[in-house]
Amino acid sequence: MKWFINFLTSSIGKKLVMSLTGLFLITFLITHLIGNLQLLYNDGGESFNKYAKFMTSNPLIKMISYGLYFFIILHTVQGLMLWFVNKSKKGTTYAVKTKDNATWAANNMALLGTLVLFFLFIHMGDFWLKMKMDKLDMVTYDGGEAIKDLYARVNMAFKELWIVISYLIGLVALGFHLSHGFSSAFQTLGLRHKKYTPLINGLGLAYSILVPLAFAIIPLYIYFKN
Amino acid sequence: MALENKVPPGPLSEKWTKYKSTMNLVAPNNKRRIEVIVVGTGLAGASAAATLGELGYQVKCFCFHDSPRRAHSIAAQGGINAAKNYQNDGDSVYRLFYDTIKGGDYRSREANVHRLAEASTEIIDQCVAQGVPFAREYGGLLANRSFGGVQVSRTFYARGQTGQQLLLGAYQALSRQIAKGTVKMYNRHEMLDLVKVDGKARGIIARNLLTGELERFAAHSVVLGTGGYGNVYYLSTNAMGSNVSAAWRAVRKGALMANPCFTQIHPTCIPVSGEYQSKLTLMSESLRNDGRVWVPKSVADAEAIQRGEKTALDIPEEDRDYYLERRYPAFGNLVPRDVASRAAKVACDEGKGVSKTGLAVYLDFASAIIRYGKSEALTTGISNPTEAKIKELGEEVVAKKYGNLFQMYEKITGENPYKMPMKIYPAVHYTMGGLWVDYNLETNVPGLFALGEANFSDHGANRLGASALMQGLADGYFVIPYTIGSFLANEIRTPAFSTDMPEFEQAENDVANRMEKIMNIQGDQSVESFHRRLGKIMWDHCGMSRNAEGLKEGRQKIRALREEFYRDVFVPGRADEFNPELEKALRVADFLEMGEVMILDALERNESCGGHFREEYKSEEGEAKRNDADYTHVSAWEWDDTNPILHKEALEFENVELKTRSYK
Amino acid sequence: MKLHLKIWRQKTSTATGSYETHTVEADEHMSFLEMLDVLNEQLISEKKDPVAFEHDCREGICGACSMVIDGRPHGPQNGTTTCQLHMRAYKENDTITIEPFRVGAFPVVKDLVVERSSFDRIIQAGGYVSVNTGQAQDANATPIEGGIAAEAFDAATCIGCGACAAACPNGSAMLFTSAKVNHLAKLPQGQVEHKKRVQSMVAQMDKEGFGFCSNVKACEVECPKEISTENIAALNRAYISSMFTTSD
Repeated sequence: MKWFINFLTSSIGKKLVMSLTGLFLITFLITHLIGNLQLLYNDGGESFNKYAKFMTSNPLIKMISYGLYFFIILHTVQGLMLWFVNKSKKGTTYAVKTKDNATWAANNMALLGTLVLFFLFIHMGDFWLKMKMDKLDMVTYDGGEAIKDLYARVNMAFKELWIVISYLIGLVALGFHLSHGFSSAFQTLGLRHKKYTPLINGLGLAYSILVPLAFAIIPLYIYFKN
Repeated sequence: MALENKVPPGPLSEKWTKYKSTMNLVAPNNKRRIEVIVVGTGLAGASAAATLGELGYQVKCFCFHDSPRRAHSIAAQGGINAAKNYQNDGDSVYRLFYDTIKGGDYRSREANVHRLAEASTEIIDQCVAQGVPFAREYGGLLANRSFGGVQVSRTFYARGQTGQQLLLGAYQALSRQIAKGTVKMYNRHEMLDLVKVDGKARGIIARNLLTGELERFAAHSVVLGTGGYGNVYYLSTNAMGSNVSAAWRAVRKGALMANPCFTQIHPTCIPVSGEYQSKLTLMSESLRNDGRVWVPKSVADAEAIQRGEKTALDIPEEDRDYYLERRYPAFGNLVPRDVASRAAKVACDEGKGVSKTGLAVYLDFASAIIRYGKSEALTTGISNPTEAKIKELGEEVVAKKYGNLFQMYEKITGENPYKMPMKIYPAVHYTMGGLWVDYNLETNVPGLFALGEANFSDHGANRLGASALMQGLADGYFVIPYTIGSFLANEIRTPAFSTDMPEFEQAENDVANRMEKIMNIQGDQSVESFHRRLGKIMWDHCGMSRNAEGLKEGRQKIRALREEFYRDVFVPGRADEFNPELEKALRVADFLEMGEVMILDALERNESCGGHFREEYKSEEGEAKRNDADYTHVSAWEWDDTNPILHKEALEFENVELKTRSYK
Repeated sequence: MKLHLKIWRQKTSTATGSYETHTVEADEHMSFLEMLDVLNEQLISEKKDPVAFEHDCREGICGACSMVIDGRPHGPQNGTTTCQLHMRAYKENDTITIEPFRVGAFPVVKDLVVERSSFDRIIQAGGYVSVNTGQAQDANATPIEGGIAAEAFDAATCIGCGACAAACPNGSAMLFTSAKVNHLAKLPQGQVEHKKRVQSMVAQMDKEGFGFCSNVKACEVECPKEISTENIAALNRAYISSMFTTSD
């Protein structure tokens, strides 16, 4: 087991943790997006609320969600630690900052990640916490059992302009974070080849634009609907 | 002093084999107790240190750079010769031997050169095994190219960076031994004196360049792989740090400097652009395969170019003098380096130089571009190509062959060599002379060995292209590991030396006094300015062509300059700290003495041979004229403050007939 | 042309440094280092301490020159070392800021000179083929496809200057280490020790105190030999797989 710990604590091992947790979170974002797009249905929130109920009660999903919480924490803690350590290993920074040798996102992953983290706090405080703490109204559809009306809570929240704006800022940060993170995850895994790397980079760019954009439609739609 | 060359008896081709199988050996248990100091980490030094470490000796290795990988061998471009005969074009060990002897104008030692040719094949094997990425054919076998002065294709290469790749191979082997603990590496340490105990070389005094501290190191034997002295000319293709100090300190301790006047002036370098110039950049010899050298036929045209009123493109074909092709129809632009350099000087002396300074000739690729363009158009099936198309295709071919060199030229000069002919001029490149060594590569100081460019032994009066890398590695990998045994086999009972011995103390004090003397002058002129002036004197009086009067005058000027140096040099800072100016000052002080010996040697050698061209000794057509009756010997100089003393080692040619070199 | 230089001056490795400004008269045909020579001659004539900077071959191959010019190691041109940079890249009255390489594992020695022996120790950890002199077979015994040999060469052109680590916001030595690993990994001669080499070189790199690669890729932009970060990906791959396929 010692070899495994040595491996994970080596410079490449640590980056591998960032890469794998990052890829997991990237996959999560897609499923999360598909679920959330049900907010755009005009069915009074029935499908969305049922989906929310399913996601919080299915034992398998619950298991995965614990994994998700763990990976978010791991990705964050490890990322910030790497940033701190790297800062100390660089020593002094240059008096003249150049923009000519790297993208802005690549140089500011920790800042972007922290912005995304703050956004996550707001986001989870608004919905996830309220769901967990039973602070939501109950609703029944077609005489079924009463379920939590997360849909109503979402609609209420997105009537507030400042929440919508904070979401937009969070999503822009996420987009930039992904614009580097997506292809970077593959680079760390060593998945790079002249033949398929352009595809990965293309996908990464598309993902980092389209996914945050799709997420952004929800608050904007709800805000302007009202 | 009788110079005994210790060449073993027997037929030429059996000498080395027989010697290796009968020489005295040092048993492994004794090797562990024997210490060897290796100074320098270029091809010769690094390969020697690594190999001696592998054999089990305790090696201490020194370089003045921050890393052993930066030695100037790294800058060699073209390639390395080896008599592999992979091309089946008639190459053999004998032919490589013969070409080298002839190319050296019959001023090198037969037995040493034959051994070099024998070792050449093993070098390639060794380097490939180390992972040196030589160029290869599509089938995966090693590729070769040809070089100036020979008629076979025996040069192995790694694009234009062969020296780099070979040095990294040696550096890696050295690194492996450092990790194993058999070699202890001392970076940023400069040897400032040799320590002799009972007449034998037993250690060095080195300055830790980071702290300025003087440190003593003892060993059973000292090996110098410290390169040549080309920087005596200030402007050369050598690196800024290349210096003669280690070898010169050995001379000051009794070693002899052999054939110091044999310096190689490389014909294709980028010309000097101004007074501020710090070094010259070589353009690989391989360019002469396709480039045509010319100057305008008339001085009037040349002057118009010098004034900037005309360019090369304004001179019509019939008004151009392709002087190499005219003078040497058989070899044309591919004559050996010394011949090409002198021809360029003649053209410029006639006032036909083509730069602002009048010191440049054209190296023109226009006809190669057209030739390649036409053939490319044919093979790609373009019928009736326009002139522009031909040029475009031709430029692509030339770019593939020499792209990196063209790019380098453009970076330095700011001119596009595809459109405008390159301007080139000869520059000091290599020094064939060096410490006198016998067959064992041992100097006349017992226990002191010299390898690579630091010794004089293999290239005679002129070195052929791609032979320097070969010699450095042959000496380090395949010669010294054997021949050092000739000395060390008698030292197995000698215990390790203490650096507290009075000899070490004395040597350290001498160095400290020398530094103090220079530091205390506190004059008004920088070290650099003295070096520049020395270089100018050397170039003017002991450069591409020399004459007795000029040499005598040069000697006086150097002596005067030396005197002025010790009166008026200014070295800032202190001796006990990191002080690059002091490092330079110590090196220039040694160059100021070395230069004088070069001039003396040039003056004494009343003949023209190889890189040494005395204006008094030339044929009616202006070609070099050797004097075999009086000068078939090695001139080895013993230093003396007033009158250095000449010793001679006769060169015996038993296998090769001495002929006049002709490339017509 | 007249130029204003803002140069980092630091007496010793422990002293605190600061910027000093100087004005020099330069010629457009000078190399950048020759322009610094002019400055130093000026300083010496005023009996002042000249600026210490490392340099040797002045033709772009020894890797000695190590300075950051206006925020970029080896200056504004890609694929160029400081010694190959010529003053025609600048114009009258430009202000140029010159700093030493800033990498934790490259302590400053004086002014613009840094200590890079950490790179040597990475090579010593395994950047070689274990073959003693005289043990080699014939050079043509193992054919190597021309393209593969060329790829090995591309990785092997590294001059060990440290611009990669200097450009890296994390002070990481991954491009340097990966270039050596891949140079040897591409060749059959380097295969035997490949896994062990990868592990020990990475371990040494970590030990030397270089930062962690975060795929910023500034290194490949600043590398004077334009070595690609493909090498870093290959090193990552080799390291990860070696961990699961070696016995210790």
